[in-house]
Amino acid sequence: MIRFENVYKSYPGGFEAIKNLSFYLPEGQMAFLTGASGAGKSTVLKLIALIERCTRGQIIVNHQNLTRMPERQIPYLRRTLGIVFQNHKLLMDRNVFHNVALPLLIAGFPRSEIGRRVRAALDKVNLLSKEKCNPITLSGGEQQRVGIARAVVTRPSLIIADEPTGNLDPALAQEIMRLFEQFNQVGVGVLIVTHAQSLVDKLGYPVLRLENGSSSSDAMLQADSTVQFSYE
Amino acid sequence: MNKIRRPHNNQTSKRVARTHASPWLRNYFSGHAQEALSSLGKLWRAPFATLLTILVIGIALALPTGLGLGLQQTQALSQGWDGNPQISLFLKKTLGTKEIEKIQQRMRAHKAIETVEWIPAEQALQNFKTTSGFGDLLNDLTENPLPDVLILRPKTEQSTPAQLESLVNELAKSPEVDIAQLDFAWVKKLNAIINTMKRAALVVALLLAMAVLLTVGNSIRLEVQNRRDEIEVSKLIGATHAFIRRPFLYTGLWMGLLGGLIALALVLASLLFLQTPVQALAELYQSNFRLEFPGLLESTSLLIASALLGLLGAWLTVGYHLRQIKPQ
Repeated sequence: MIRFENVYKSYPGGFEAIKNLSFYLPEGQMAFLTGASGAGKSTVLKLIALIERCTRGQIIVNHQNLTRMPERQIPYLRRTLGIVFQNHKLLMDRNVFHNVALPLLIAGFPRSEIGRRVRAALDKVNLLSKEKCNPITLSGGEQQRVGIARAVVTRPSLIIADEPTGNLDPALAQEIMRLFEQFNQVGVGVLIVTHAQSLVDKLGYPVLRLENGSSSSDAMLQADSTVQFSYE
Repeated sequence: MNKIRRPHNNQTSKRVARTHASPWLRNYFSGHAQEALSSLGKLWRAPFATLLTILVIGIALALPTGLGLGLQQTQALSQGWDGNPQISLFLKKTLGTKEIEKIQQRMRAHKAIETVEWIPAEQALQNFKTTSGFGDLLNDLTENPLPDVLILRPKTEQSTPAQLESLVNELAKSPEVDIAQLDFAWVKKLNAIINTMKRAALVVALLLAMAVLLTVGNSIRLEVQNRRDEIEVSKLIGATHAFIRRPFLYTGLWMGLLGGLIALALVLASLLFLQTPVQALAELYQSNFRLEFPGLLESTSLLIASALLGLLGAWLTVGYHLRQIKPQ
């Protein structure tokens, strides 16, 4: 779950990326976060993963208050999230298996369990046959699926994805979205940042829209469809 | 798909640790062993860079180690004289045998003197001829240039440096004595010189230890830069600082240890190379002085110290450079 309460984020120099943003994403809910470039979409994700800290307000992720979270706790917060990156951030110096195994190594899983879990995750994204390949030999869609396998291998309760279909053609994008829906069906919360409006419309999940005000550069929020998102 | 389960509590972060609490310790150690081996493997796969680094470390450590060993042995050589100081009285050349005997009697009666030994000038010349190697040359001398010498051993209860000093001064004033020389003073001077050099060696060692720290630090800095992507991704998916730092610390440890082995090899090779000439030199001085090779204790200390230096160098660098990498 994610709860933002009157969150502000301003950068040195006075630029306000997020101004008075409040929303609530319940546990196990799938939703989209959209908005024009520069509206603060990436900033929201950075605040959720504590890559950045908010200037004012309160953020609660998986029942943990991020506002007062000490630096040394951050790794443990991130282990409860599955993060999918736009450019997938795979490591090209190791094969698919070892890329997916990295979060398990980091979390200190025993070796015996690592192999089993990695293969289960690769099976889910239909890449079990490619476990020995180097990611550089895979297609864009396959690379993104490896990235998704890496995000879900620790069985997180929440997946956040930053433009996961940004570099993919519509057919592949739809395939990726279907993967996320499958994870959501077994109770994993999913928040997807995207500007593929057609996909968002077609799938019918709640949408959080960030907008730059026409007269100011304030990031604003509109609750598009459901009660899960509220705007103050 | 049903393998993905949502955690039911809000302590998901601690959940992982708790679930694996029982094999945790074994897991921890096997993780460390694996990290240590894989760090060694990484060094092995870049043999040229590794060799260059550990050679620099080895040379930097060999210098103070060799210096320290040399000084230690020189001091051991002088230690034999420390306990029993002796005073050499060089008598005036005008004295006859009877007068010399009289002086001996007087000396024996002296309250501060234990024994008196007379080395007649003739005997001294003979000794010098046989031991110095200048025998033929000395045969050409028309008169003996050496004086008669009395070797005095002061009583041990009268041998504080101040007492010896005043005794030597007193003896030097007697009209028959040309020069009174306290051999103890010479040993003291030698020891003072050795102590000074030991300090100097310590300074050199500290400076070179710093050089080792910088060398290891620089290698680690390059390594951190090379693995920037991996570090950034690891941070993003929940790696602690300790986890990211660990392989670099092992790399530093290995570099230090391998550098220490090279230093040890260099010191041993130098000692072997010096052994024969040093022995020849010692024989010329009737000494059975031998170059001692570093023993097990010295060798282990060197290796431990160098490994710790490598670890420290890595520790100092890696923390700073890891903080520079902020995930985006």
